[in-house]
Amino acid sequence: MTDPAWINTALSSARPQAVAALLRYFRDLDTAEEAFQEACLRALRNWPKNGSPRDPAAWLIFVGRNSGIDAARRRNKQAPMPPEETVSDLEDVEGAVVERLDGAHYRDDILRLLFICCHPDLPATQQIALALRIVSGIPVKQIARAFLVGESAMEQRITRAKARIANADVPFEAPGPVERSERLAAVLAMVYLVFNEGYSAGATEIANRAPLCEEAIRLARLLLRLFQTEPEVMGLTALLLLQHARAAARFDAEGELVLMDDQDRSLWNRALIDEGLALIDKAMRHRRSGPYQIQAAIAALHARAARPEDTDWAEIDLLYSVLESMTPSPVVTLNRAVAYAKLRGPEAALKLIEPLEPKLAGYFHFFGVKGGLLMQLGRAEDAREAFGRAIALANTAAEAAHIRMHLDRLSAESLPRDGISA
Amino acid sequence: MLYAILCYNNEDVVCAWSKEQDDEVMARLQVVTEKLAKQGRLGPVARLLPTTAATTLRKTKDEPLVIDGPFAETKEQFLGFYVVECATLDDAVDVAKELADANPGGGSYELRPIGAYFPAREAV
Repeated sequence: MTDPAWINTALSSARPQAVAALLRYFRDLDTAEEAFQEACLRALRNWPKNGSPRDPAAWLIFVGRNSGIDAARRRNKQAPMPPEETVSDLEDVEGAVVERLDGAHYRDDILRLLFICCHPDLPATQQIALALRIVSGIPVKQIARAFLVGESAMEQRITRAKARIANADVPFEAPGPVERSERLAAVLAMVYLVFNEGYSAGATEIANRAPLCEEAIRLARLLLRLFQTEPEVMGLTALLLLQHARAAARFDAEGELVLMDDQDRSLWNRALIDEGLALIDKAMRHRRSGPYQIQAAIAALHARAARPEDTDWAEIDLLYSVLESMTPSPVVTLNRAVAYAKLRGPEAALKLIEPLEPKLAGYFHFFGVKGGLLMQLGRAEDAREAFGRAIALANTAAEAAHIRMHLDRLSAESLPRDGISA
Repeated sequence: MLYAILCYNNEDVVCAWSKEQDDEVMARLQVVTEKLAKQGRLGPVARLLPTTAATTLRKTKDEPLVIDGPFAETKEQFLGFYVVECATLDDAVDVAKELADANPGGGSYELRPIGAYFPAREAV
């Protein structure tokens, strides 16, 4: 691996582990990031000559720690000594060996690094931006593009977020089991947010935002490596893989959203689906259900259907009812309506969702689904009104265009058509 | 004699490859396998999904135990294999060298002679 592109890939795959361990040593995010940067520069000089190390993360941690200590010593000549605790384990010369052996340490380090990005004071978008910057090491420019803001605005946002977490107390001792599982839950939710940022993008933004989906999958796989027996981690990873597997089929050549029923299933990514199915099957064996597993199980039923008409809607409806009892939310009930309509007809599905209207009055998908059901019932006028409200609430151009397509269809033919938003 | 060439590498690194990098590696490996196929020496080839997708069944005194894993205790995981006809160990080493050249990064190849071979066959 002498090509810098391959070295960079190895560096970025080692990044979460290395930055997390350096954060434990230096207890300061900026110092840890600088030390990692320095270690990467040395790797780019050293690896082409000497070959890549067997354990790139351990190499980077060892070199990064030494360079961080050197930098601190250089600063100390000009400035007063920093408090002892900012440079811990100074004399731990066997650190590299210890790091290689102690996988459990890594686990809590990486979890801590991800967890500080989930600080409750930070709004969701800042949590995501911070995780992408610190954990994944994505350049600010690219994050800015994904969030449709300028580079300097994003730089500021990240700096502010960092300042806020620097003032927050993050315990550095190993967490207890309860704390560990609380941290894990917060981190899983954040990874899911990262994915949704990418997944909810329209066709025109997809080039800039699809990397968010891939990054979320990378983070989920990382967590899975650390928590190999946690069914919810398997569930989340499976869910992301199964959703992302459909990426190539979700938009047509004109950039219009394609509903799942109309998607060309040969475009679905088989390897991602197989991995997702294996993971959800594994998770279910634990008999410790959770919301990510249920959602993954629903996605798995779609993935297993060779044709739309093979979809097991009864099972999907059942899973949604379990999800409703686990995490009651009008959005979950709304999602259930699609399966409900397939099983019991549009009239029943409409009855199911109508009580949700006060809570979902500002929600695009509610009016999309409602309009679709009304259209199926042949109530063209009511459908038109619902679609009109949906367009007003659309988040992306693709969403609005999709609804307009229904409206055009309504004008062209007053025949009832299946048009439920997926 | 048939050799199984078992591939081990750090799956964190392999999973981090971009699609373009992955395609590039696959294309380079295909050059090697196609040459072997033309010589009539190539048996089945498999690339495995990450170990996180794997399950282990362990025999016990009672019911076999189905557990997650294998837990990656080592830095390198078993990622795939080639079955190749090789007259001598040197031939097998040569094939593995070519595979290693086509593949960036670290890793190792275990060259394991096959004792009994049952290629896919129709049910009788």
